[in-house]
Amino acid sequence: MSPTGSHANANASANAQAPKSAAESLRPLALALRGVHKQFGTTIALNDVSLEVRAGTIHALLGENGAGKTTLMRVAFGLISPDRGTVEVAGRTESAGLTPTRALAAGVGMVHQHFSLVSAMTVAQNIALGGRGLFAPSKVDAQIRRIGERTGLVLDPHVMVSELSVSAQQRCEIVKALARDVRVLILDEPTAVLAPDEAQTLLRWLRAFVQESPEHAVVLITHKLRDALSVADDVTVLRRGARVASGAASTFTEDTLAEAMLGADARGTPVGYEVLPGVVTHADSGGAHHEVLSVDRISVADARGIERIHQVSFHVRAGEIVGLAAVEGSGQEQLLRAVAGLLPLRSGRLHAPADIGFVPEDRHRDALLLDASLTENLALRDAGTRRGRMDWLALARRTTKLLGSRDVRAASARVHARTLSGGNQQKFILARALEQAPPLLVVENPTRGLDFRATTAVHAALNEARNAGTAILLYSSDLDEVLSLSDRVLAMHNGRLREVPRDREAVGRAMLGVA
Amino acid sequence: MSDPSTSPEQSPRDMPTSAAPLAESFAQSFVRPLLRVGALLATTLTLLVALLVVTGHDPAVALRALVRGAFGSWYAITSATLVRAVPLAFTGLAVAVAFRAGLLNIGAEGQLLAGAAAAAGAAALVGPSAGAWAIPLVLVAGVLSGALWAGIAAVLRQRFGVLEVISTIMLNFVALYVVGWLVRGPLQEPSRIYPQSVALPDALHLPVLLPGTRLHLGVALAALLAVYLWWWMRGTAAGFRLRAVGLNAHAAATTGRIDVARVSLLAFLASGALAGLGGAVEYAGVTYALYENFSPGYGYTAIAVALLARLNPAGVLGTALLFGALQAGANAMQRDAGVPVALVNVVEAMLILLVIAGDRLSISNRTRRDRT
Amino acid sequence: MTPFDDFLSATVRTATPLMLAALGECITERSGVINIGLEGAIICGAFAATVAAGSVGVLGGFAAGAAAGVAVALLFALFTVYLRADQIITGTAVTLLSLGLTGLLYKTLYGATGVGLTLPTAGERAVPGLSTIPVIGRALFAQPLITYALYLMVPALAWWFARTHSGLALRAVGESPDAALAAGVRPRRVQAWAVLAGGAFAGVAGATLVLVQSGTFVEGMSAGKGFIAIAIVVLGRWTPFGVAGAALLFGGASALQYLFQSLGFREVPYQLFLALPYLLTLVVLARASARARAPAALARQELTLG
Repeated sequence: MSPTGSHANANASANAQAPKSAAESLRPLALALRGVHKQFGTTIALNDVSLEVRAGTIHALLGENGAGKTTLMRVAFGLISPDRGTVEVAGRTESAGLTPTRALAAGVGMVHQHFSLVSAMTVAQNIALGGRGLFAPSKVDAQIRRIGERTGLVLDPHVMVSELSVSAQQRCEIVKALARDVRVLILDEPTAVLAPDEAQTLLRWLRAFVQESPEHAVVLITHKLRDALSVADDVTVLRRGARVASGAASTFTEDTLAEAMLGADARGTPVGYEVLPGVVTHADSGGAHHEVLSVDRISVADARGIERIHQVSFHVRAGEIVGLAAVEGSGQEQLLRAVAGLLPLRSGRLHAPADIGFVPEDRHRDALLLDASLTENLALRDAGTRRGRMDWLALARRTTKLLGSRDVRAASARVHARTLSGGNQQKFILARALEQAPPLLVVENPTRGLDFRATTAVHAALNEARNAGTAILLYSSDLDEVLSLSDRVLAMHNGRLREVPRDREAVGRAMLGVA
Repeated sequence: MSDPSTSPEQSPRDMPTSAAPLAESFAQSFVRPLLRVGALLATTLTLLVALLVVTGHDPAVALRALVRGAFGSWYAITSATLVRAVPLAFTGLAVAVAFRAGLLNIGAEGQLLAGAAAAAGAAALVGPSAGAWAIPLVLVAGVLSGALWAGIAAVLRQRFGVLEVISTIMLNFVALYVVGWLVRGPLQEPSRIYPQSVALPDALHLPVLLPGTRLHLGVALAALLAVYLWWWMRGTAAGFRLRAVGLNAHAAATTGRIDVARVSLLAFLASGALAGLGGAVEYAGVTYALYENFSPGYGYTAIAVALLARLNPAGVLGTALLFGALQAGANAMQRDAGVPVALVNVVEAMLILLVIAGDRLSISNRTRRDRT
Repeated sequence: MTPFDDFLSATVRTATPLMLAALGECITERSGVINIGLEGAIICGAFAATVAAGSVGVLGGFAAGAAAGVAVALLFALFTVYLRADQIITGTAVTLLSLGLTGLLYKTLYGATGVGLTLPTAGERAVPGLSTIPVIGRALFAQPLITYALYLMVPALAWWFARTHSGLALRAVGESPDAALAAGVRPRRVQAWAVLAGGAFAGVAGATLVLVQSGTFVEGMSAGKGFIAIAIVVLGRWTPFGVAGAALLFGGASALQYLFQSLGFREVPYQLFLALPYLLTLVVLARASARARAPAALARQELTLG
C-alpha cells in the first residue's frame, strides 16, 4: 500500500487485537475445510487437513516453505481439486468440482504471492476479467472509483498494470477481489514483497476489512511469526502437509509457534533466523581484509536501455558478507548482474576478480540445464571459456565428489537436474559456484522457496565461505535474512545505494527512500 | 529418454567413476536408437498397411513392390535406397544441429536449393574443360551458399527478432523461385528448350564408390560427417556450448557466460552449410543438373528424419536410411501397384506426430512434484 | 477497365483468402497459440470444398471447407493445447500430413491424372450503385459474397476483442494464462476454441481458393498461403484492422505481376513477382518486430493447471 493512500477506517482500528468473548468464538464460520487430502505422485501434499475460519476474523495460516499452506488455500479457491475432503463457504458445502469461478461466486477471493495480473492490460480490464457478456469500460471505471471511496484503495483504472509499483499491483489484486464482492479474502505471503512500512499499512487495512462487515474474513498465509502474532485472531500451523496446531493467537508465543512449525527438525538447533533477527551467527571478521570488489560511481541500464542504477559506489572485503536490502524492482537485479559481469556498465569503474561465483534467484531459468545431467550442469559453470575437448570422466568425478562433500541428495552425477528437489538443486548450484573457491560470490535470493532444512544448509554454506575468506554480496527480498547474515547492510532505493546501520527500522526506512 | 526410476529421495549411491559416462553415451547414442528404429519399423509398417487398406489397395501387393523397390536387389539397395538417403542425411543433420541449438530452422529445403544452385553456378563458371580438381570447388560453393541462405534468417532473428520459423519458410519459397529463374535464365542449357541447367561434365561427377551402381562419394561423406558431429557435440567444448544454449539459453548466458548470440549464429550457419552441402552433393552425385523440381521436399522430410533420431547426429544416419528406403519403395509402389507416392508422405507425417505424442505422454506420466 | 482497375480488383481478390486465414490466425495467436498448421487447414479446406461442391453445390463446399479446417485444427489443438507439445513442430507435422493426405486422397478419388475436374464457382455479385464509384468501386463492390462477408467480419472481430468479456478473456490467456486462470477463465478451453475458430477461417479460405478463384483443385495449391497469413498477422500487429490492411498489401504485391505484364514490362522475370510476397514478408517482419509486441505467452508450452 502506498503510505499516502487514504485509509480512513483503517487507522481507527490500527492496533485492534480484539479481546474475545464467549459469544465471539461462536461466530459462524466464513470458510471451513474438512479432511482435505491431496497427493501429487508419491508426495502427500496435504494429509487430512482441516481449517476453520470464523467470520469477522483474521486467520493466520503458518508454516515453513513446503508445508502445504499454499496448496491448502489453492484447494479452497478451486485451483486444485483435493483427493478427499470438502470446502464450506459460509456454511454451504461446495461440491467436489470447485473452480475459481465458483469460488469467486461464493465470495472467496485469493491474492497470490506472484500476482495474477495481466501486465499488458489496464487496471480496469484486469478487474473486469472473468466476467460474461459485454464489457463496458465506463461501468468498471465507476466501480473502481466506488471501491476506492469506500475502502481507501485508490487506483487509476486506465493505467497499464505494467506501470504500477509492486504495492499498487497488490492493491489492484485486492480491488479485483472486492469488485467480485469477495467476503473471504485469502492472501499468500502478502508482506513478502513490501517494505516494512507498506506491510504495516496492509495489515492495518486487513483489520479494517474484517471489521467492516460481520461476513468478512481474511486468511493470511505467512511463514513469519511476527506477522501472525501481531495481526491474527486465530492461527493454524501446518507442517509437512498436516495440521499440527490451531487456536486463538493469544494462546501462542513465538517459541511455541516456532516449535509447532519446525517440529523435530528444529530440536536441538537454534530456532529459525527470523525469530531472532539481528543475531550474527558467525565469528566476527578479524582484522582488516583487502577489498575484493570495489565499485566506483557506476551506472547500469537494463535490457531495455532504461538506466536502473545511478552512480552507485561501494566495496566488499574478503571474508565479509555485504547484504543488499531493497524493495522489488529497485535496481538490485541489475546491480548484482553488473557486478557478476553479466551487464555492461554505462559509466563508472568496477574492480572485481576474474572468477566470480553467481547464484541467480531463478534456479530453473538462469542456473540449471534441467534436462541435462549434474555433470553437464557442473560443466556449465565455465562453459563460455572452455577450449578443446571435454574431459567428461574428470568432470563426473568432480561432480560425484561435490555431491558427497556438500550433501546434495542425488542418486548419481548422471541424473538430470530436474529430478532433484528444490533444496538439493540450490545446494548443488551453491556448491558449483564455490567449487573453485572464487574470491567473490554474488547471491540473489538464495533461499527462496526452500524449506527450513535446506535454508539452514544454504546459510551454513554461505557462512563457511565467508569464514574461509570469500567476499560475498548477498541480496534477499527477505529483510530478516539480510539482517541475520550480513556483516554490513546496503539499502537500495530507486537505483541509489546507501550504507545503513544493521537495524531493522533504519534499513526499512532506507528501502523506501526515507531518510 | 531419461530413466524415470531415479528418485530424488534415494541416498547417494557409490558411483562407478570409470568408463561409465562413455558406456552411457554409447548406449544413448547407438543402442537405444537401434531399439527405437525397431519400434519405428513396426509402427511404419502398421501405418502403411492401414493407409493402403483405407485407400483400397492390396497391402500385400503394394508392400511387396515397396520392399522390392527398396531392398529387392543389390542395385535397389545401393542405387535407390542409399542414394535416396544421402540428401535426407545431410538435411537431417542440418535440422538436428539447428534444433539442438534451439533454432527452429524449417529452411533446410531452401538451403539445400541454394547449395545446389551455387554448385551449378560454380560448375558453369569453371567451364566444361575443368578437371576433377574442381569437384571440391563445386562442393564448397554449395556449403557457402547454404550457410549464406541460413545466414539471412540468422541475421533477421538476431538483429530484428524475426521468428526463424517464419523467415526460413519464406526463404524456402524464395529459393524455389530463384532456382526457377536460374534454370530459365542465366544457367539454362545452351539450346534454351528445357528449363534446366547445362549438364555437369563427367570429370566433375562425384566418384562412384561401387562400379556398376549409382552409389557415390556422398554416402561416405554423409556417414563421416554424422559420426564426426556426434563426437563433436558430446566431446568438445564448442559442442557442449551448442547443446547448453539449446537446452536453456538463459542459464547458458547467466551461469555458463556463453555468448549465446554467437553460438546461435554459428549453429545457424553450420546448419545451412550442411543442407547446402547436401544440395551440392545431390547435384554433383545424382542429378548432374539443376532443374525446377530439384528437391521433392528433402528439407521438410529432414525434420521428421531429425526428430525420429532424437536430434542425435549418429541416429540421423539410421532414420535417413529408413526414409530413403520408404521413398525408394514408394516409387516402385506407384509404378507396380498404382499407389500414389503421397501415401508415404502421410506415413512420415504421422510418424512425427506419434513421436511427439509419445514424448508428451511419457512426460505427463512421470510423477510431477508440485510445490506449495 | 484500365490495367490499374484490374490491378485493384486483383488485389482485393487475392487478398480475400489471405485475409480470411489471417483473421483466423489472429484469433488463435491472441490466445497464445501460433498455428503453423494453418497451411494444412487451408489445403484440407480446399480439398473438402472440392469434394463437396461437386455433389452439394457451392454453399455446401464452403461448409465442408470450414469443417475440414476445424478437423485439422482439432488435431493441432489435441497436441498443443492438451498434450502441450511444441507448437512449431506440431504445426509443421500437421502441415506435412495435410499436404500428403490431400495429395493421396486426390489421386485416390480422381485418378492419377485428375484432368478435367471443374467445379461450380461463386461468381461476382456487383453491388448496384456502389460498384460504379470511380477507381475503387469495382475493386471493392464487384466481388464474390465471401469478400463482402469480410467487410463485416473485420469490424465485428475488433469490437469483440475490445468490448466483450470473452474477447478480454482471450487476450488475457494469450498474455498471462496464470492470471486468466486465477480470474476464473479456463485457459485450455479458451485456447482450444481459438484454435478451432482459426481452423474454420482457414478452411473457408481454402474453399475460397477452389470455389471462387480457380474452380479446380491442384495438389499443394495452398502454396504457402498459411505461412503468409502468419506473417500478415505479425504485420497487422494482432489487430483485425491491421490484419485487413496487411492482407491487402500482400494481395497488391501478388497482383503487381498482372499490372506489369499488361503495362508491357515483359523482361522482368515472372518469378520475381512470385517471390515478391515472400520477400516483402521478410522485409516487413524485420521492420514490424521492432515495434510490434506479440502476445506475451505466444508459443509457450507450459500452462499452469489447477
